[in-house]
Amino acid sequence: MRIAGKGLVDHGTPVRFSFDGRQLEGFQGDTLASALLANDVKLVARSFKYHRPRGIMGAGSEESSALVTIGSGATQDPNVRATVQEIYDGLAAHSQNCWPSLNYDLLSVNDLFAPFLGAGFYYKTFMWPKVFWEKLYEPVIRRSAGIGALSGKANAEYYEKAFAFCDLLVIGAGPAGLMAALTAGRAGADVILCDEDSLLGGRLNGETFEVGGMAGSDWAAETVRELESLPNVRVMPRTSVTGAYDQGTYGALERVSHHVAAREGRPLECFWRIVAKRAVLAAGAIERPVAFPNNDRPGIMTASAVRTYLNRYGVAPGQRVTIFANNDDAHRTARDLVDAGVHVAAVIDSRAEAPEGAGYEVIKGAEVCGSEGRKGLEAVSYRRADGSVDKVQTDCLAMSGGWNPTVHLTCHMNGRPNWHGGIHSFVPVPGAIPGLEAVGACNGAFSTHRAFVEGAEAALRALGDLGVKAKKSVVPESEDSPYRIEPLWAVAGKGRAWLDFQNDVTVKDVQGAAQENFRSVEHMKRYTTQGMAPDQGKNSNVAALAVLADATGRGIEETGTTTFRPPFVPVAIAAFGAGGQGTGFAPQRHTTSHAESVRRGAPMIEAGLWYRPSYFPATGERTWRQSCDREVNMVRGTVGVCDVSTLGKIDIQGKDAGQFLDFVYANTFSTLKPGKVRYGLMLREDGFVMDDGTTARIAEDHFVMTTTTAAAGQVMRHLEYVHQCLCPDLDVAMISVTEQWAQFAVAGPKSRDLLNGIVAEEIDNESFPFMGCGPATIGGVAGRLFRISFSGEHAYEIAVPARYGESLFKLLLERAEAMGGGAYGMEALNVLRIEKGFITHAEIHGRVTADDIGMGRLVSAKKDCIGKTMSERPGLSGEEREQLVGLMPVGVVKQITAGAHLFEPGAEPVRSNAQGYVTSVCFSPTLETSLGLAFLRNGRARHGEEITMVDHLRGVTTRCKVCDPVFLDPEGGRVRG
Amino acid sequence: MRIKCPLCGERDRREFYYVGDAVLLERPDPEAGDHAWDTYLHLRDNPAGVTRDLWYHEAGCAAWVVVTRNTVTHEVLKTELAEKRRRKLVEGAS
Amino acid sequence: MRFSGLRVLKEGLSGNKGWQAHWRDAQPKPAYDMIIIGGGGHGLSTAYYLARNHGITNIAVLEKGYLGGGNVGRNTTIVRANYFLPGNSEFYSHSLKLWEGLEEELNYNVMHSQRGLINLFHSDGQRDAFARRGNAMVNQGDDAILLDKAGVRKHLPYLDFEQARFPIYGGLYHPRGGTARHDAVAWGYARGASERGVDLIQNCEVTGIDIEGGVVKGVRTTKGPIKAGKVGIVVAGRSGQVAAMAGRSLPVESHILQAFVTEGLKPVIDHVVSFGMGHFYISQSDKGGLVFGGDLDFYASYASRGNLPMVEHVMEAGMTLMPMIGKAKILRSWGGIMDMTPDGSPIIDKMDGIEGLYIDCGWNYGGFKAVPASGWCMAHLMATNTPHEVAEKFRLDRFRTGINIMDEEGTGSQHNLH
Repeated sequence: MRIAGKGLVDHGTPVRFSFDGRQLEGFQGDTLASALLANDVKLVARSFKYHRPRGIMGAGSEESSALVTIGSGATQDPNVRATVQEIYDGLAAHSQNCWPSLNYDLLSVNDLFAPFLGAGFYYKTFMWPKVFWEKLYEPVIRRSAGIGALSGKANAEYYEKAFAFCDLLVIGAGPAGLMAALTAGRAGADVILCDEDSLLGGRLNGETFEVGGMAGSDWAAETVRELESLPNVRVMPRTSVTGAYDQGTYGALERVSHHVAAREGRPLECFWRIVAKRAVLAAGAIERPVAFPNNDRPGIMTASAVRTYLNRYGVAPGQRVTIFANNDDAHRTARDLVDAGVHVAAVIDSRAEAPEGAGYEVIKGAEVCGSEGRKGLEAVSYRRADGSVDKVQTDCLAMSGGWNPTVHLTCHMNGRPNWHGGIHSFVPVPGAIPGLEAVGACNGAFSTHRAFVEGAEAALRALGDLGVKAKKSVVPESEDSPYRIEPLWAVAGKGRAWLDFQNDVTVKDVQGAAQENFRSVEHMKRYTTQGMAPDQGKNSNVAALAVLADATGRGIEETGTTTFRPPFVPVAIAAFGAGGQGTGFAPQRHTTSHAESVRRGAPMIEAGLWYRPSYFPATGERTWRQSCDREVNMVRGTVGVCDVSTLGKIDIQGKDAGQFLDFVYANTFSTLKPGKVRYGLMLREDGFVMDDGTTARIAEDHFVMTTTTAAAGQVMRHLEYVHQCLCPDLDVAMISVTEQWAQFAVAGPKSRDLLNGIVAEEIDNESFPFMGCGPATIGGVAGRLFRISFSGEHAYEIAVPARYGESLFKLLLERAEAMGGGAYGMEALNVLRIEKGFITHAEIHGRVTADDIGMGRLVSAKKDCIGKTMSERPGLSGEEREQLVGLMPVGVVKQITAGAHLFEPGAEPVRSNAQGYVTSVCFSPTLETSLGLAFLRNGRARHGEEITMVDHLRGVTTRCKVCDPVFLDPEGGRVRG
Repeated sequence: MRIKCPLCGERDRREFYYVGDAVLLERPDPEAGDHAWDTYLHLRDNPAGVTRDLWYHEAGCAAWVVVTRNTVTHEVLKTELAEKRRRKLVEGAS
Repeated sequence: MRFSGLRVLKEGLSGNKGWQAHWRDAQPKPAYDMIIIGGGGHGLSTAYYLARNHGITNIAVLEKGYLGGGNVGRNTTIVRANYFLPGNSEFYSHSLKLWEGLEEELNYNVMHSQRGLINLFHSDGQRDAFARRGNAMVNQGDDAILLDKAGVRKHLPYLDFEQARFPIYGGLYHPRGGTARHDAVAWGYARGASERGVDLIQNCEVTGIDIEGGVVKGVRTTKGPIKAGKVGIVVAGRSGQVAAMAGRSLPVESHILQAFVTEGLKPVIDHVVSFGMGHFYISQSDKGGLVFGGDLDFYASYASRGNLPMVEHVMEAGMTLMPMIGKAKILRSWGGIMDMTPDGSPIIDKMDGIEGLYIDCGWNYGGFKAVPASGWCMAHLMATNTPHEVAEKFRLDRFRTGINIMDEEGTGSQHNLH
């Protein structure tokens, strides 16, 4: 019920929204929760397990009961706290976890079976008969579990991520946080002030007491205005700091536009990474419920939430409100209600020495021991100290078991909070998060005055640490009431008393867990699921600990506490993962020939982060095989052009460059003459093959290394490691030039003819023999030419600075096509290399040694190199190992498949008989047969043998002949042209 | 997590590549024997507390950095260029 | 007490007053035949199988904190047998068979759910690598099916088949793969071991190992010295510290692996889905939370918590692969301490040169599914002094000799790359 004119909402701006299809009206400034209460909607949700009717419990992000779904279709947002969602015109909210409706929910039948559904019941049953678990029990459990539902549609909204840096991060904009930010802001420090709420001020907006002679909310508004006017202060409302990480890094979720219908290009949410030199935690405290039988009915709320709805939103959550408390603070609720003209039925205070009421009755030394009203509270019963039980008609119970400091962030680095006997709750351990100081209520200082003082002092200390001079702030005059409380966790009595409202964990569940020896707090949590619901125990953990402590005969301190972990509030995967959707997950690297390849219709496929053309379809070709075969024949018969720029290129210079390469390569490079290229094999220090490639000696002190596409980054890092960490005294320097040079393979019998048409220098076998290299000028551009071959043909690679890459590619294709050649793609490249037995990372997959691939002798005996010693381990060579071989089909079945395993003919295809596996396959148009490269146990000694290839997955069994992996031109005549 | 690169200053962890214990700077002699090499490459003190490990400022200046760090608290105590440390080791050995 | 549906009914009707402790809390006796250091999944299953298979019940399990408080209680609950290298193949195959009978064996519902695991691949090369793996699985007698893109779409229609950065070519489907309720596994083994007479001692930290003349004599603990003829170290991420008490260092580096759970949601993900290009794997718990994880944080750590770069990377991977989970909200993130070895494969072996000392460690981040077979094989080793046949390749000296290195990832001896 709305109280005319009361509160901080804009009474002049009505807002229309709907709940479960019912059109309702609230005001600008309302949350969904306050607007529902204003419309007397009490039943808002159903609980997780028993489908109990639930209302609104609190007024903050810790809300455990009022979880709803916002919107529908692709933007449907489940498990939204009604207490956080601001209303806007057109907002459509829906209840969840109920069927067919919130009002009549069939699964509320679970409530009747509660005696059989206690904590951990599922560990003891559903085991017989065995097949029923997956066929029946589990599907039923799964369907009834869960709360809200995802739409099942791809995210269609815009989320963002950002970094921010500051001197002081202030978390929470209640009195303590505002004072800290003001002190630091006025001193000129870079300040970020974050608060979850749309309206800054914290409790000041929910209370009636004055600050500095004005309304607390006015003081907050004035202070925020000053902070916003300071250029060195960034005020971030609707921003929850979600986690504390190392070296002053904090995660924060800004709810940028959940509160408006028109987003106008803004993201829905932004996830911030804030790096702060110092931080002040002023996160306040959360009022805790009391466990008593049936304490979960709609209409039962925390006492402070009732005050917030009354004072901030001008809403009376009931017409006859009862207060149940064990502390003085809750009496404020009664006073504020009476002042606002709302009837207070009674204040039931468990303390015999409770203060007197002013305009309301205080029943001292009494406890609420039951409630009535299934879908909305109708009455509570209470028991007096003498044991007599009475009933009071009431539609709202404002309860308070005291306050728990919001210590959560201080636990994110494993710090467990300390028990504070004075407030009967936990307080942060100083220094638990380096650079962060907790102040005010989250530090156990519950008066407004203490919050101001602690906020100001902490800011001064932080500024002092940072060397910023600051004046002491004048703390405004405010209330400084003592916090009077006597602990009350659970009221004895028949019936279930809820601790964790969301997960339906009751006092009996915790007691039962202890009875079954789940006495450790972690065991109790895991067995009962206490604290594992969406509120992560914010409302219930301390009370549950107290119940466990009681059940196990220990003190609360001794019982200990579970850990709070990030995030402080639930964070959407789309926010944490902003930018990842679609192609945003990883960079896309394009070669200079990309556009031309696409123009020619080549399907572009991923090669690491790069894209490379698969094949270049010609007119009339319908399958990739047709194109591939043609391209292979073209290279073998005339000339082909292929962009090989994605291979890693590392420029290595220095007097000791040759010596350095001798150390990183298994074979020798110091003896290589300038103008020559050599194949190099690189080992990891553990003796297995890391990578291979060619390295050219451009000049005495200048090499250019190529790596495979996949290992470019790894090799670069490795070279820097070897240089800086093992031989820093070598005069050598290196840099990646992969992106600086565009490089194209020109391969085939006519490759020299083609090049002689475009390169200024005349090339012949004398000036450019196989494995020669040198400068080349193309249209006035200084480039490089290498006579190397990955196809086994007479071939070159020509390189120009990347900005000329596209025009060179077009020029090469134009010339090639005029000669009957053209472009070839990855498929043809793969066939060409398999025909020649050249390896890629399909073969050097990280478990392969130089000996396995027949390159054992390449590991120079004359010098040390990375990996040499470990390659000499007994397990890294010899007959027991699988060695590289070629395979050709010899039977009726002609298919060889990569990933198939090899067996002796006739042997059963089981693990103990496996002899090896196939790594690469192709159909060779040159040899007109399928070919395979494979690793076979002791394979080099088995050339000529027959072997059976079995591919269970594809249903292929093929008889193969084992042969040398070089299928074509083993003497290498073609390559020498 | 933030690490101070000796050349660039404090940077986010995501700019760095981690390889392992800084014992990797102490490569044994090729003839040191299989136990020495097993120790160098595989066995680790793996302390719960202060350790020295090796990071590479890959998205920065390409410096390899020896970081003295606490594996329990993630406190970074000291950073030093790996090449400096390697030179000290070599001098110490000779 | 035997658990059953009938018992739940009976107790429910009589106020649930009859339930008893799932295991007996014990105080240490002066001496035992054997001591297991570590009351996690592997330690508890070792004790259970020592009692069950070998009749050795004069055993104590010493746990520094609470039973099941290590990685068995903080993982993504995936159970699979999809390894391809000899050594791993037979071991995980054996483990999966034990999982399949675990409820009956333990009379405890560990909710082993064989909902199927699909490993996605994104290139022809990856398809071939997965074909090799799948064929090895079938060679071993386990199940594997190679799915093409249409096949994946049939199982997982919600993946982004059009826009994802790494297009989905297909997947390797392992129908017997799935999940289990992690804590229940620890509790079930604890209950079974306790019923057979094993002493489970919580809050008892081992502070030293007594060795005389190369022979183990017992351990020192925060609850006093305890004698034993055989001691097994089964402490996962803490292996280095405990081995150091025996003067040994191990080929292990401890790393952080983070994992995440969302709020409860109605069923949307029926399988375990693994996205290799993004290091992302996900399933939905019976309670409704999406449970998922990714790669290590990559720096050595004992902190049980991680940092934002990997958090964000994992979520970005989730968003590119299955953007329909965008509105699922993370409730909690946590970190486990992984004992990473130089080849990514485990160690179950005698501690060379110290008679009576055994080690079970190096589970990297695949230890949960290994819990039954690890205990089975460690028990066999401790009882008979010879390795069990399905774990005979899990030797400590393989790194020195290079024989039977089981590097499934092919990334070499850098501990954090497996």
